[in-house]
Amino acid sequence: MDQLIQHLVNTLILGGTYALLGIGLTLIFGIMNVVNFTHGALYTVGAYLMYLAVAALGLNFFLALPVAILGGLLFGAAIEVLLLRPFRGSDIDTTMLVMIGAGIALQSGTLWIFGGVAKAIPSPFPEVPLQVGPVSVSWLRLFVLGAALGLIGLTYALINRTKLGLAMRAAFQDSDTAALMGVNVRLIYTATFALGSSLAAAAGALLGPVYVVFPQMGGLAELKAFAIVILGGLGNVTGAAIGGFILALAEELGAGYVSSGYRDAMGFLIIIAVLLYKPTGLFAKAERIG
Amino acid sequence: MSRLLPLALLGALVALPLALGANPYLLNALIVTGIVTIGAMSLNLLLGFTGQLSLGHIAFFGIGAYVSALTSLGFDVEIGFGLRVVHEPWPAAVGFVLATLAAGACGYLIGRLSFRVRGAYFVIVTISFAEVVRLVALNWVELTQGPLALTNIPAITLGLPGIGAWTLKTKLQNYYLVLAIGTLCYLVIARLVGSRFGRAMRGLKENESLALSVGINATRTLTVAAVVSAAMAGAAGSLYAHYLRIIDPDVFAFTTTVSMVIMVVAGGKGTLMGPVIGGLIFGLLPVALRPVMAPEAQWIVYGVVLILILFVMPRGIVPGVSALLARRRPVRAVPVLEASPVVQR
Amino acid sequence: MSAILSVEHVGVRFGGLVAIADLHFDVAQGEIVSLIGPNGAGKTTAFNVMTGFLKPSQGEVRFRGTSLKGLQPHEITRLGLARTFQRTSVFPDDTVFDNVMIGLHRQGAAGAPGIGRAPVLDALLGRAGASERRLRERAEALLDWVGLSARAQEKAGSLAYGEQRLVGVALALATEPAMLLLDEPVSGMNASETRVFVRLIRQIRERGVTLLLVEHDMPMVMEVSDRIVVLNYGRLIAEGPPDRIRTDPAVIEAYLGQGSAARRAAAEAQEAAHA
Repeated sequence: MDQLIQHLVNTLILGGTYALLGIGLTLIFGIMNVVNFTHGALYTVGAYLMYLAVAALGLNFFLALPVAILGGLLFGAAIEVLLLRPFRGSDIDTTMLVMIGAGIALQSGTLWIFGGVAKAIPSPFPEVPLQVGPVSVSWLRLFVLGAALGLIGLTYALINRTKLGLAMRAAFQDSDTAALMGVNVRLIYTATFALGSSLAAAAGALLGPVYVVFPQMGGLAELKAFAIVILGGLGNVTGAAIGGFILALAEELGAGYVSSGYRDAMGFLIIIAVLLYKPTGLFAKAERIG
Repeated sequence: MSRLLPLALLGALVALPLALGANPYLLNALIVTGIVTIGAMSLNLLLGFTGQLSLGHIAFFGIGAYVSALTSLGFDVEIGFGLRVVHEPWPAAVGFVLATLAAGACGYLIGRLSFRVRGAYFVIVTISFAEVVRLVALNWVELTQGPLALTNIPAITLGLPGIGAWTLKTKLQNYYLVLAIGTLCYLVIARLVGSRFGRAMRGLKENESLALSVGINATRTLTVAAVVSAAMAGAAGSLYAHYLRIIDPDVFAFTTTVSMVIMVVAGGKGTLMGPVIGGLIFGLLPVALRPVMAPEAQWIVYGVVLILILFVMPRGIVPGVSALLARRRPVRAVPVLEASPVVQR
Repeated sequence: MSAILSVEHVGVRFGGLVAIADLHFDVAQGEIVSLIGPNGAGKTTAFNVMTGFLKPSQGEVRFRGTSLKGLQPHEITRLGLARTFQRTSVFPDDTVFDNVMIGLHRQGAAGAPGIGRAPVLDALLGRAGASERRLRERAEALLDWVGLSARAQEKAGSLAYGEQRLVGVALALATEPAMLLLDEPVSGMNASETRVFVRLIRQIRERGVTLLLVEHDMPMVMEVSDRIVVLNYGRLIAEGPPDRIRTDPAVIEAYLGQGSAARRAAAEAQEAAHA
C-alpha cells in the first residue's frame, strides 16, 4: 500500500513533465499538421541549456530555467522559419522527412559539442527528501511538479485568454478560413512551433536536474511524447495533458510491479491498446464535416 | 529508367572486386553498404510505392539478425511456469529463411495494427516497435546475452546434396552472397511493382478514396507490402549477423533507419534504382568522410543533406537526372471531347 | 421494375449537426435518377453513405437486396455499386491507360475469369502474362468507349478538367458495376462538353447500368433524368419525374430561399421547362 502511494506520487511528478512534452507536440501537429521529429532534440537542447547556464555560467538555478525555456523558444522559431516555412504547402510526409533530418542533425550536433558523457546539473535543493508518512519526495521533484503545472496553466491561459491563442484556435479549426479572416497564419505557425518547442525544452530543463543530461536523451522522450499524443487524440491539448499523466502512471506501475527494464515499453503498449480499442484517441474531438 | 542501367550496374558490381584486388577495408565497406542497401530497397517498397514511412525499419532488420543468429547458435531459456525451451543449433541457411519469415510475420502484425487508421500512426507505431524490440534484446539476457552480444555466429554454408558445400567465410564470398540476395530482392520488387498489386499500391498512394472506390482493399494491400518489406529487411539482417558474426542490441540503432531513409529519399523514392544509387552513395560516403570527419559530425552533414535534397531535388537523384536527360515531347492534340466516338455516334 | 438500390430512413449526424435527417427513396433497375437540392442539402453526404465512406447514424442502404451496413467502400464496389468523385476523379501521376488498369483491379483478382488463384504469386513467378494481356485489352476497349484513346499515354493529372471526368467514368466502369453514382459529373464543363456527357450517360444506361446523379446543372438534370429526388436541409421534399419537380411549389420554395446561385439554378430549371 505504501509502495502504491509512492508510485502515485512519482506518477504526478513525472506526469507533469510528460504533459508538457505532449502538449507541445500535439499543438504543432494539430495546428500545423507537422509530425515534429525535432521534439526530442529540443527536449535535449533544453536540458543542455540548463546545464550550460547552471554548471558552466554559474547562473542561479531559478533564473536558468526561464533562460532554457526562452532558448527553446528561439530554437523552435528558427527551425520553423528556416526549415518549415520554405516547405509550406508540401505534404505531411515531406515536412516529416525535413524534421527527421533536422532532428538527427541537432542530436548529432549536441553529441559533437558536448561529447557522449552524461552531465549532471547541480540543484539548489536540500538532499534530504520531504518525508510525509511513508512517502518521500525530494524537494527538487516537488519543484519540478510545481513548475510543470505552472507552465501548463500558462499555456492554457495563452491559448484561451489571449488574442494570439484565439488566432491559434482559429488556425486549428481551418487555416484557410483563418487566413481569410485576417489571421496572419505565417506568424501563427512560427508562434505555435516556438511555443511547442519551448514546452519540450522546459520538460528537458526540468527533468535534466532530476536525472542526468546526455545527447540521446531526447529520442526516448520523443517516443513518449508520440504515445501521449496518440493517447490523447492527435491535436487535442487537454487529451495530451491527461495522456501525460496516464503514461506516467503506466510506467510507474509497469516498472514497479512488472519489470523496471521495460519501463520505456509502456508507451508502445499504450499505443497498441489505443489503436485496437479507440483509434481516434481517448479524447477525440467530434468529427469535422467536410 | 531503361533496362540497361540496372544490368550495367550489376555487371560493374560483379567485376568490382577484380578491379579492387584484395582490399579488405573497401570490400568490408561494400558488403555493409550492400546489406543496408537491401534494407533501403525494402523500405522503398513501403515509403516509395505506398507512401507509408516505416521509421522503425531497423526493427525488422534486427529481428532478422537475432532470429538467424539464435537459430544457428541454439539457446536454452526458461519461459516461466517452470518451462524451458531448448533449441539445438541449426544450419545458418535455415536461420536465414526463419529470419525472413519471422520479420515478415512482425511486418504483418504491425501492418494489421496500424493500417486500421491512416495518417502518422504507422510511422509512430513502427518507431516505437523498434524501441521495444531493442529493450527486449537488451533485457532478455538469458536469450540474447543483452549488451554482452551474441558471439561466434557461424558463417552461412551453401550446399547442394551430392555436389558439395561451401562455408562463406571470406569477404569476397560474402560480397557475392550479398550481391546475389540484393539482385533477387531487386527482381522481386520489380515484379511486384509492375503487377496488379503494384498498381493497387500506386492507386492508394495517389488517391486513396478513388482506389477504394474501384475495389482495392487498402488494409490488405498495405499489409502485404509491409510483410514483403519487413521480410526483406529481415533477410538483410540475417546476412549482417552471419557476416559480422557478432551482434548486440546496438543493431537496432535509430540512425541506421535514418540512413535507409536518406538512401531512399536521395536516390528517388518510388523508383526501382533510386535506393540502389542512394544506397551506394550514402553507404560509401562514410568511407570518404572518415579521414576528415568524426562520425557525429558526419551525421550533422547527413541530416543537412536530407533537408537539402528535399529542397533542391524533392523527387530524388534518379528521377531528377532522368528528367534532365529526357527531352520533353510537346504534347497537346485535338480536344478529346470533340473527337470522341460518343459524339460521332 | 424492382428496386436495385433502397435508401431506408438514413440519417447522418456529425456531433450535434444534422446532415441528413431522414432520407428514404428507391432507385429502380435501369433508371436514371438525379438527387438535387440546394448547397448543403446533404447530397454528397448521402453519396458517401451509399458507398460506405460514411457510416449512417440511423437507417441503412440496401443494394440488390443486400444490406450495406458495416461494409467498407471496396466491398461495396465489389457488390457492383461504383461511384465517381466530384473533385479528384483520377490517379494524377499515372497515365490515363494505367489509371484504367488500376481501375480493373477486381477484374484481375483471384477467381476472376482467366485469373489464377494467387495473383501476387503469379506476378512474382512471371506467370501473370496472359491475364495481364487480357486486362490491357479491356483497358484499351474501355478507353476507346469513353473516347480517351488519344490520351492514353498522357499523365491523367495533366488532362483538362472535362477529360479527367471521363477518366473517372472509365475507372468506375472498369469495376463492371450494376449501378453507378455520379457526383456532380458536369460541374465545370462548358455547354458542349455537357452535351457529350449527357450522351455518355445514356450509353452507360444502354450497357445495363443504373445511374444515380448528384448535379447542380438544372437543364442537364431535367434532360437526362427519368426521375428526380429533391433534398433540402437533409430531408426529402419532393420526388417524381422532371415535369412534376419543375412545378413543385416545395422545390421552388427551397431554391428561392437560398442564395443567388441557387436562385439562378431554379430560374434555369424554369427556363428548361419552357424550352
